[in-house]
Amino acid sequence: MAKLEKRALFAALGASAVALALATPGYAQDSNTFKIGVIAEVQAVAGSSIPQAAQLAADEINAAGGVNGKKIELVTYDNHSSAAESIRAFQRAVNEDHVNAVIASYISEVVLALEPWSGRLKTVMITPGAASDVITQNIAKDYDNLKYTFHGYLTSTSLADSTCAAAKDLLVGQLHMKSAVVMSEDAAWTTPLDAEYLKCLPDAGLNVLDHIRFSPDTTDFTPIFNKIEGEKPDVMITGISHVGVQPTVQWKQQEVPIPMLGVASQATNSSFWNDTNGATEGVLYQAVSGPDVAVTPKTLPFVKAFKAKFGNFPSYAGYTSYDEVYYLADAFKRAGSTDSDKLVTALEATDYVGTIGRIQFKGKDTSNPHALKVGPDTITGLMLQWQDGKQTNLWPANVANGKLRFPKFIKIGSAN
Amino acid sequence: MGTASVSVVFWQILVDGFAVSSLYALGAMGFALIFGVSGVLNLSHGALMVAAVVAAWAAGDQLHVGPYTGAAIGIAVGFIATLLTYFIIVSPLLRTRKIREEEKEIFILTATLLWGIMIQELIAYLYTNNAKTVAPIVEGVMSIFGVRTPKNELFTAVVCWLVIGGLWLLVNRTRAGKSVLAASMNPRGVTLLGIELSQIYVATWAIYGLLVGIAGVLLGMFLGVSSYSVGPLTASAFSIVVLGGLGSVSGALIAAYVVGYLETVTAYLISPAYRTIPALLLLIVVMYVRPRGLLGRR
Repeated sequence: MAKLEKRALFAALGASAVALALATPGYAQDSNTFKIGVIAEVQAVAGSSIPQAAQLAADEINAAGGVNGKKIELVTYDNHSSAAESIRAFQRAVNEDHVNAVIASYISEVVLALEPWSGRLKTVMITPGAASDVITQNIAKDYDNLKYTFHGYLTSTSLADSTCAAAKDLLVGQLHMKSAVVMSEDAAWTTPLDAEYLKCLPDAGLNVLDHIRFSPDTTDFTPIFNKIEGEKPDVMITGISHVGVQPTVQWKQQEVPIPMLGVASQATNSSFWNDTNGATEGVLYQAVSGPDVAVTPKTLPFVKAFKAKFGNFPSYAGYTSYDEVYYLADAFKRAGSTDSDKLVTALEATDYVGTIGRIQFKGKDTSNPHALKVGPDTITGLMLQWQDGKQTNLWPANVANGKLRFPKFIKIGSAN
Repeated sequence: MGTASVSVVFWQILVDGFAVSSLYALGAMGFALIFGVSGVLNLSHGALMVAAVVAAWAAGDQLHVGPYTGAAIGIAVGFIATLLTYFIIVSPLLRTRKIREEEKEIFILTATLLWGIMIQELIAYLYTNNAKTVAPIVEGVMSIFGVRTPKNELFTAVVCWLVIGGLWLLVNRTRAGKSVLAASMNPRGVTLLGIELSQIYVATWAIYGLLVGIAGVLLGMFLGVSSYSVGPLTASAFSIVVLGGLGSVSGALIAAYVVGYLETVTAYLISPAYRTIPALLLLIVVMYVRPRGLLGRR
């Protein structure tokens, strides 16, 4: 009996030891590498660039000798665009694969679901493409627990501000437009986007005539375009990411005479021209990067290397994912350890010029801790237009490589 | 809203609703036909349509063929995928003696559902889950009753009706078609006349495959689809067929117009977000009041 008890005790001890080992973060089994988990929507165009760009960065860093003599190793997980699968992947990444940090997803709903897990498992997570302001607002409310999350892409509010600034110069300044209708998909990231649009568009000189939110399941946009056309705005300001191909193709097919400008994530993909059979001609979209835009000296070499390796141009989340591996490597170096708290402190001090601009995070005492700083000294954003199969940058003027141009069915100023 | 804009909205609903309904009709008729003839509810229906669209798109994108060739490739892929569904999934289950007859229906439902998911995942793996559209054969717009209508929308409705007309002729005017019709009414009776039922099944699935291919390519030109459309497309065909009466091809035709117009009216007058809700409520009401559907026989 005593023997049995002893055995049970050992078993229990063993089990707790295993549990402890699984639950304790930051101890990579192979200390010769820094491990980064990459959780992404591999089947979506925007998400597919995330692991590819991260791999490119890791290969470059390793070829140059690694970080403190250690190699960067990536572990990639396909989340099938699902929050539940992302959480399982995150748990596996931390508990079984012992990663030191995670790069995750371009979907705000997914990142918001992962955020508490990043806190519970005390593992740094950076998103290369989600936008919702709520991600960083949560950190402000519960910094001690949620400080492990970093927002590596612009917040929805910053995206709206960048769009409004471009609209002011291009639409109001050059085309003397006066009115707009906001047209956004109903999703977590567009709630703060639309709120900011409704504030910043009037400031830019565009009177907002209507604000339409539609379901991301919408397949027939005819009734929406008809309603907007009846309101006679000069421009439609978009907030679309889950949809893109269908409204664009139907806009062209129905020859809706009003231009579209705004945040349209799918339009940032170089494959968008073929996906829409060229219907995207004339579509204007906000971005932080473009295949021919030298935002920083690092942008074009990255695009070239990516194209050479994978045969296509990176999506918007590819640029940010590439930068994230670099500034994570930099933070590993400065932290001098893989301890998550030290890594957070190091990341907070990031000052790194990447492919989309100069990366600095907002501080603990702001309303959006760990959001990217935006502005002339850091990241300004761009406004590109699809022209003849190419993504041409029109704004800001210092990095522009083309002029506004619309297909024949667009009637500029017809509403005036 | 003045009288002028009221009449514009009226004509818009009439014109847009007609194109959408015709497409629904074409998509659902084949689905109704195979149920009528072989008692099979094919839950991979949406996946087969999406396969046709993505093939037509890929032909244009990767092989750089023109819109006619692209459409032909799309129809061919829809046709082949449908026949494969029959020969690989449905036929072995219909023939096997290992499953009891009364359980076969549920086996076929499950098998076609899983087959559909496999096709969906394969498409997402090869061509991503982003939406694809097929290059339209006709471009530009024209005015119908003062409504600026894409010529492609009119083209869609015309092709749908030509195909529906062709199907009617085939079923009512040819010997092979008449045996298909007879089989849908009384499968045992047909075998007594010395017609091999399995041949009728193959013929019916071939017709269905053609309808799936054409409906898919037209849908790809008109609205576009993604791998996410697989479920909603199957659900839409399923509810149209249930509404029309399971197995009744003319019931499916009428139900397609009821659903198509109900959706269009909702989208225009209430909100595009609620588009599908009234049609689903109607389906529930019909299930209570008239469970065999509008023109159902059983």
